[in-house]
Amino acid sequence: MNTARTDAISIAAGNRRLGWKLALGALLMCGFGYLLVPLYRVYCEYTGFNGTTARIDPGQAAAQGIDRTRWVTVEFAANTSADLPWAFRPEVNSLRVHPGEMVVAQFEARNLGSRAIVGQAVPSVTPGRAASHFRKIECFCFSRQPLAPGQMLKLPVQFQVDNNLPPEIGTLTLSYTFFELPGIRAAGPDPRDARL
Amino acid sequence: MTDIALPQHHEHEHPSGITRWLFTTNHKDIGTLYLLFSVSMLFIGGSFAMVVRAELFQPGLQFVNPHFFNQMTTMHALVMIFGAVMPAFVGLANWMIPMMIGAPDMALPRLNNWSFWLLPFAFTLLLSTLFMPGGAPSGGWTMYPPLVLQTGMAFPFLIFAVHLMGISSVMGAINVITTVFNMRAPGMTYTKLPLFVWTWVITAFLLIAAMPVLAGAVTMLLTDKFFGTSFFNAAGGGDPVMFQHVFWFFGHPEVYIMILPAFGIVSQIVPTFARKPLFGYISMIYAVASIAFLSFIVWAHHMFTVGMPLAGELFFMYSTVLIAVPTGVKVFNWVATMWRGSMTFETPMLWALCFIILFSIGGFSGLMLGLAPADFQYQDTYFVVAHFHYVLVTGAVFAIIGGVYFWLPKWTGRMYNERLGKLHFWLSTLSVNLLFFPQHFLGLAGMPRRIPDYAVQYAEWNMLSSIGAFVFGASQLIFLYTVIRAMSGHGEKASGQVWEGAHGLEWTLPSPPPYHSFTEAPKVP
Repeated sequence: MNTARTDAISIAAGNRRLGWKLALGALLMCGFGYLLVPLYRVYCEYTGFNGTTARIDPGQAAAQGIDRTRWVTVEFAANTSADLPWAFRPEVNSLRVHPGEMVVAQFEARNLGSRAIVGQAVPSVTPGRAASHFRKIECFCFSRQPLAPGQMLKLPVQFQVDNNLPPEIGTLTLSYTFFELPGIRAAGPDPRDARL
Repeated sequence: MTDIALPQHHEHEHPSGITRWLFTTNHKDIGTLYLLFSVSMLFIGGSFAMVVRAELFQPGLQFVNPHFFNQMTTMHALVMIFGAVMPAFVGLANWMIPMMIGAPDMALPRLNNWSFWLLPFAFTLLLSTLFMPGGAPSGGWTMYPPLVLQTGMAFPFLIFAVHLMGISSVMGAINVITTVFNMRAPGMTYTKLPLFVWTWVITAFLLIAAMPVLAGAVTMLLTDKFFGTSFFNAAGGGDPVMFQHVFWFFGHPEVYIMILPAFGIVSQIVPTFARKPLFGYISMIYAVASIAFLSFIVWAHHMFTVGMPLAGELFFMYSTVLIAVPTGVKVFNWVATMWRGSMTFETPMLWALCFIILFSIGGFSGLMLGLAPADFQYQDTYFVVAHFHYVLVTGAVFAIIGGVYFWLPKWTGRMYNERLGKLHFWLSTLSVNLLFFPQHFLGLAGMPRRIPDYAVQYAEWNMLSSIGAFVFGASQLIFLYTVIRAMSGHGEKASGQVWEGAHGLEWTLPSPPPYHSFTEAPKVP
C-alpha cells in the first residue's frame, strides 16, 4: 500500500514535469510565430518577393554599364489608400529606358483635404521576378512626405533597371501607394523607412 | 493531480448533480462533456450552413442580406472547426485513450477539466457577436487583414474566442501526450498502442506546434487594430500577405489535426469488422508521422495566386503532391486489411468504408488543387468548397460518427438501434454526395465561393446541392435520437466485448465501464 502510494505520487510528479515541458514547447512556438515576421522580411528582401525593390547608392549604380541594345518599358502607377484625400499621379505614364541607365521619373501629389497630412509611399514592382532587378538610387518613398492643405509637391524617383533583368521581361510596372501616417506631424527620415 | 494518483480517495465521493459536471476530473465525464458540446455545436454550425444553402437555393437575394450571408459562412466555419470537429476528437481521446492503454485516468485530470470548461466561454464570446451592432465576424474564418480589421465590435470577441479555443486545445494536447508517455500499463509498449492512440499522439504534437502560431497571428491582428502596431499594415511598413503565410503555417497542420484522429478511428473499426488484424501497422504509424511532418512545409499551396517566385511555387507544389504517398499507404493498408477478411457491415463499418471512399475523392481533388498552374483556375471557387467538405464532412465527421456508433455501446452499455443507424447512414451518404458533388462542377464552371448570389447558369446544380444539404441536415436528427436513446438506457444490453472481432483493453471492461477503470494496471496480452 505504502509503496503503491509513493509510486502514485512519483507518477504524478513525472506527469507534471512532462506537462510543463510541453507547455514550454507551446510557448516557444508562440514566439516562433512572432519570429516569422523578421524571417519573412529577410526572405522578401532576398528574393524580391512581393515586389520588394532593391536600393543601391549612386556609385554602385554608375559602375554598371548601359546596355544600349535593349529597351525596357517602365510603367508608372500611383494610388492612394482609401481614406487619404490626396491626388497623386505620375507625370508620364511610362518611360522607355535602357538597362543600366539612370533615369529620373516625376510624380506629383496634391493635398485636397483641409488638414495637414503626413504621407508615406509604399513601392511595389511587378512582375515580382523583376523586383530585385529594379534599383532605386533616390526616392520620395525613402522619407515621409508632409503636405499642408492645398499644397502640391513634385516627387522625383531616380532608378535603374539592372543589366541582369531576365531577357523575357520587356515591361515592368512601378507602383506607389500613399498611406497616411496618422498622428505624425514632423517630417524627416525615419530609420524604419530605410528599407523602403 | 494527486487526486487521481490516489484513486482510492475518489471512491468515497461520487458527486452528483451539476457539481459532478462542473468539478469533474474523471476522463469519462469529461469525454462525455466534450462530445455533448461538440454535438450541440454541430447543430448550431449546421443551422448556419442551412441559412447559406437556403439563400443559394435560387439565384438572387431571397432571405438574408449579403452581410449576414458572409457572417453565416464565417461563423459556420469557425463553429464547425473549433466547436464541432476538434472537441469531438478530444472527447473521443478522453473516453478511449485511458481505457486503451490501461491507465486509470488522464495524466493531468484538473487540467483536463479546465481545458473543457474554457470552451463554453469561448463559444459564448464567439456566438454573442451575432447579436452585436455590426454583426458577427464576416471576413471569412481565415481572418485575412485588412478585411478582418473592418469587423466592428465583434472583432475583439473573435480574437479572444480564438485565444481561448487555442489554449483549450493545447492543454488537451499536453494531456494526451503526458498520458500516453507516462501512464501506459506495464507491457503496453509503443508498438502495441492502438492506432487511434498513435494518431492522437501525433495530432497532439501538431496542436502544440501549430495552435500557438495562430494565437500569435491573431494577437498581431489585435495589436494592429487597437494598439498601433503595423504587422500587416503597409503604411507602417507591414505586409498583409505576411498574415496569410503565418496563418497557413498554422492552417495546414490544423487541417491534419482534423483528419489524423479520423484515420485512427477508421483503423480501429476496419480490423474489427474485417476480423483481421490491421495490415501494415508499423507503416501506418510512419505514414501518419510523415503526413504530420509534411503538413509544416506545404502551407503556401493555399496561396499560390498571391504571387511567389517560381521556385517557391514548385517547392510547395511538389511537397504538397508528396503527401499523396503516405496517404496512399494508409488507404492501401485499409483495403488490404479487408482483403479476404470475413466482413460484416454493421453501422460503424459502413461509416468507415464510406470514409475511405469519399475521403479519397477529397484527396484527389486536393491533388488537383495542389498543382500550382491548375490552382490559378480553381482558387476561391466552389471547387475548393467541394474539396474541403469532402475531406472534412465525409472525412472527419463521418469517421467521428462511425466512432460514436462503434463505441456508444461501450460507453452506455446499450446497443443503438441498428436499423436507425443504417437509415442514418444511407440518408447521410446519399444526401452528402448530392450536397457536395455538384459543387465540383460549379467550381470548375467558375462560381466563386463566399457570395450570396450567382449567375443563372449555376442555378440547377445549386438547387440540387441545397436539397442535399437540407436532407443531410435533417438526417442528423436520427443520429441525435439514437444517441439519446442509448444514453437514456433504452435498447438491447451490450456485452463487454460488444463486437465479435474487437480486440484491445477497452473491450475487456464491462459495458458501461465502471466510473474508475484500471485502478489496478491490467495485464497486457
